[in-house]
Amino acid sequence: MRVAISVNGRRTEVDIEPGESLMDVLRRSEYTSVKNGCDRGDCGSCAVLLDGRAVNACLVFAAKADGREIRTIEGLATDDLHPLQSASLDAGAVQCGFCTPGMLLTALDLLEHTPDPTEDEVRETLAGNYCRCTGYVKPIEAILEAAARMRGAR
Amino acid sequence: MKFNVVGESERRVDGRSLVTGKPVFVGDMVPADALHIALLTSPRPHARIHSIDTTAAEAAPGVACVLTHLNTPPTRYTTAGQGYPEPSPYDTRMFDTKVRFVGDRVAAVAAETRAAARAAAALIEVDYEDLPAVLSIDAALAPGAPVIHDEEDALDIWDAQRNIASVVSAIVGDARAALEDAEIVVQTVVETQYAQHAPLEPHVAFAHLDDEGRIIIVTSTQVPFHVRRIVARLLDVPIHRLRVIKPRIGGGFGAKQEVLIEDIVAMVTMRTGRPALLEFTRKEEFISSRTRHPMRLAMRLGADAMGVLDAIEMEVISNTGAYGAHALTVLSNVGSKTLPLYNRARHIRFDGKTVYTNLPVAGAYRGYGATQGSFALETAMDQLAERLDLDPVELRRRNHIRTGETSPIFEELGEGRKGVPYTISSCELEECISVGAARFGWHAKRARPPDTGPTRRGVGMAIQMQGSGIPLIDMAAATIKMNDDGSFNLLVGATDLGTGSDTILGQIAAEVLGVPLDSIVVYSSDTDLTPFDVGAYASSTTYVSGRAVESAAEDVRQQIVEVAASALGVNAESLHLADGKVSTEDGAAGLDLAAIGRRSFYGPDPAQIGATASCVPEGSPPPFTATFVEVEVDLETGFIRLLDYVCAVDCGTAINPRLAEGQVEGAIANGIGYALTEQMEFTSEGRTKNPDLARYQLPGPLDLPPIRVFLVESYEPTGPMGAKSIAEIGINGPLPAIANAVYHAIGIRLTKPPFTPEKVWREMRAESLPKQSLPKQSLPIADNR
Repeated sequence: MRVAISVNGRRTEVDIEPGESLMDVLRRSEYTSVKNGCDRGDCGSCAVLLDGRAVNACLVFAAKADGREIRTIEGLATDDLHPLQSASLDAGAVQCGFCTPGMLLTALDLLEHTPDPTEDEVRETLAGNYCRCTGYVKPIEAILEAAARMRGAR
Repeated sequence: MKFNVVGESERRVDGRSLVTGKPVFVGDMVPADALHIALLTSPRPHARIHSIDTTAAEAAPGVACVLTHLNTPPTRYTTAGQGYPEPSPYDTRMFDTKVRFVGDRVAAVAAETRAAARAAAALIEVDYEDLPAVLSIDAALAPGAPVIHDEEDALDIWDAQRNIASVVSAIVGDARAALEDAEIVVQTVVETQYAQHAPLEPHVAFAHLDDEGRIIIVTSTQVPFHVRRIVARLLDVPIHRLRVIKPRIGGGFGAKQEVLIEDIVAMVTMRTGRPALLEFTRKEEFISSRTRHPMRLAMRLGADAMGVLDAIEMEVISNTGAYGAHALTVLSNVGSKTLPLYNRARHIRFDGKTVYTNLPVAGAYRGYGATQGSFALETAMDQLAERLDLDPVELRRRNHIRTGETSPIFEELGEGRKGVPYTISSCELEECISVGAARFGWHAKRARPPDTGPTRRGVGMAIQMQGSGIPLIDMAAATIKMNDDGSFNLLVGATDLGTGSDTILGQIAAEVLGVPLDSIVVYSSDTDLTPFDVGAYASSTTYVSGRAVESAAEDVRQQIVEVAASALGVNAESLHLADGKVSTEDGAAGLDLAAIGRRSFYGPDPAQIGATASCVPEGSPPPFTATFVEVEVDLETGFIRLLDYVCAVDCGTAINPRLAEGQVEGAIANGIGYALTEQMEFTSEGRTKNPDLARYQLPGPLDLPPIRVFLVESYEPTGPMGAKSIAEIGINGPLPAIANAVYHAIGIRLTKPPFTPEKVWREMRAESLPKQSLPKQSLPIADNR
């Protein structure tokens, strides 16, 4: 079947297989920032924003995304890096970077709804995003710093 | 020492591409027409393959190629990505006539789609003759145990008939006699579990042919040059017919120091002429990649009444699973990366063996044996402190090694062979202990009266060492060439797997060349384009590859100065390179790097400014850590909550402090998982029960305490800008420090990680029951001599 999705503001139509996940469809549509770490919703590497909320794209049937808005990390930066991206680099929050797209999008969902989160709220939010490299110390610091930068920019 | 670029927390050179989601990982750059490969793996723990019928699979739609033992070379090799000749037994074939664990390779099917490949793999008919399976250390060593490696063509197995892959022994003085004479003797036996690296990116590789018909392998590996050498041998093609490219890597932690899939993609491409992709599923990553060697360790310490150690005995039995990848060297490092820490001991005996079992294969895993060894040693040290009624911090201070000192173990125990004599040239362990204890509030917390409620707090500590590369074995090279705008290309075989090594190597080059980091274009690693480096393992990159970069940069700097001297008509000795230009001492004359670069290309007397330098280290300077942890144990549930975690690290110069801290923080998180939750579990038939990230529990952000890392800088005179390597050491701290803190909290010695609530609850329950006459615990190896 054919679905019409909007990815990072760009409408596109894709032929999909029955049962195909949104993750697989995005990856083969060149949105390779959507990472496959487990293919069963455990790791959060494939997280994208679906109508503004973070979901594990491997658990969403592509057919369910028909007519909906998707955001991936490819669409986050404009000319400048988004504060989540720049704060991550400044904090040293990126090591291998494989979990980074999913983690930043999950954080974006948080910050768009909770502009001034506590550290506990950030930890809670990242509970579905495994990172094996950092121990979360610097990613959490980066998200709190990004929140401050975003509030300052308002 | 003051630097300009070194010591700054520069942004990663690859950071922008990573945070913007550029297609920089192997799986992001697969050719659209690639064949997809599915593996058929063994459902049996130990069986001979009587026959294998691939007719139906080969006839299935979309299938291009099926590989089995019938049509692949029987060459014996090791998957361990180590230098040549590898110190691991050649006990593996691409596909064998025997399977040795549930998950062992049986066949590979390449087809147009992944679904077609999987469907066809299911059509392969295999007739197995089951053999009795060996599923534990004790079963492997039992008299008359089934022989796992009964093949005749294996090489370098210590004693295949007794399932012993390797044996290591090191003797200094007479530990047995010294223990008899010692005023105080403590002993402990600990047993560690099967654990998995779980990089977020599972193993992935693809191959394709270039226009000349050479095989290009793009792979997520820590060891591109070892991949090229090992695969060339398996395919029986000259090394130069292969090119191995490592793009960005989604974590490795040792699992990607193994050549696990590259041989298959290359073979399929060679047979079909088509690009071919193989990526492990998460389940395959658990079962068919590599694990940490589970071990049983026995320690004995003998000390005088002041707590000064005189004798140390360490006995180890390691379980390598079905194949002996890293079996010998991990075993060596159990002792070599722990025992020198306490060099007051004049008598040391280390004895170890590694056994085969019909369980998943162990391999290199961050910490590499030191993780297990340190648990045993630091548990015993805590027992000794208790016996002496001495602060554990004070006991460490009375015994640990210091700058200018040596340990006979450096010479007696290397990596799978004798080591190299070594005198410590930088050690701020004393400062680490002081800083860590102060930041943690050790003395106040330790002296706190015991809790009385349903939860009990306790504090524990441990100290560690590791190394920086493998002396007189590792080799790293770096090439630097200058461009006509005054920038430089830095080409390294060193393999950034997420550690940030491209960045810190760039910083080292920038420092020497007097330019900002963004004037250095860093490229790693590609066997066609970058010079040799053994790869990212053994905490080698900062120290060994860093020294190669520093040497190459110094050579280039000298060439630049000479070109400038000729251009300015002055003596080279009067010139000095800094801030992007070469100037005379008085600043009267100077030339910027762009002008020098242009002159080097377009004359007069044009010549490329550039250099390649290599480093083979004479020693392996250890980084040191002091770890302090506070726990709260729930008496009703057995749940251990971590309240605080402090680690002070002697890393030499921190080339990039934030990246250095990140290495330690991440290693600690991984070590906390190993201590508290992570364990591969098996059925009685050797099948992995929890091969996914739901049932195998990695620590998440809600499970982890604040992890507070403090860099205690020292200056390693042999290191690049004074640096040492620190990627591994942090992982060794959590297990002993947590166990010691739990003892402080509830008076129970936990010896078998992971310390799950159930296990802790059962221990507490057993403790509160009336004491039965328990069988006396004996040292394990003595029983099996």
